[in-house]
Amino acid sequence: MDLSLSTRTVGDRTIVEVGGEIDVYTAPKLREQLVELVNDGSYHLVVDMEGVDFLDSTGLGVLVGGLKRVRAHEGSLRLVCNQERILKIFRITGLTKVFPIHTSVDEAVAATD
Amino acid sequence: MPTVELLFSAQPEHVRTARLVAAAVARRAGVDEAVLDEVRLAVGEACSRAVGLHRGNGVEEPVRVMLTEEEKKFSIEVADEVPGNAAGAAPDAGGDELSDEGEMGLAVISGLVDDVDVTETATGGVIRMSWPIVTPA
Repeated sequence: MDLSLSTRTVGDRTIVEVGGEIDVYTAPKLREQLVELVNDGSYHLVVDMEGVDFLDSTGLGVLVGGLKRVRAHEGSLRLVCNQERILKIFRITGLTKVFPIHTSVDEAVAATD
Repeated sequence: MPTVELLFSAQPEHVRTARLVAAAVARRAGVDEAVLDEVRLAVGEACSRAVGLHRGNGVEEPVRVMLTEEEKKFSIEVADEVPGNAAGAAPDAGGDELSDEGEMGLAVISGLVDDVDVTETATGGVIRMSWPIVTPA
């Protein structure tokens, strides 16, 4: 399965809905999307990963890169994920301390800290 | 002799194929369903790293994946043909350097897999991983 990406805005947040597999082949597409959003002035991103079937370290690297970019503009990057197999990758790499991870898009949009 | 041996040209699009093949062979060998996700992720990380090494060093040889069903364990070896990388690439070396995706991949592998061994040979590096077989195939 390839990667699917769609974006929408809710208030000052931009929701990036990701579906499919994020790996060494597809991660560059996600990177391009995040770079484009930041270049267009979207600095508060919510990456909805509920439709993601597979995530590897290349994908983690892209998310960290995205976080670095939005932070340069005092922005934020929040994740939405409830899938244990995806959450596990964030845990073993210690990235649960780096990314705010929410259980729903609504919760991520409402978060302000 | 491996149960299944896979050679693929060092292109990112083939890593998914390697993941699918490894998971299918592992399932058939009797690896617990609950850890198949780990097998898939670990072999993907090892192959992504090998693809990155080959491409970064202009190596045109294919990446080699050996899937071997043994009596009580299922083992996977992913071999690259770039000498001098595996030995110095301890999983915790430069752990904060997230841009270095190959090392991040090794960190994920070592976090996921209990039995893992990274070695360097004269012709390249090999990542060996194994999982117990819980049910007879």
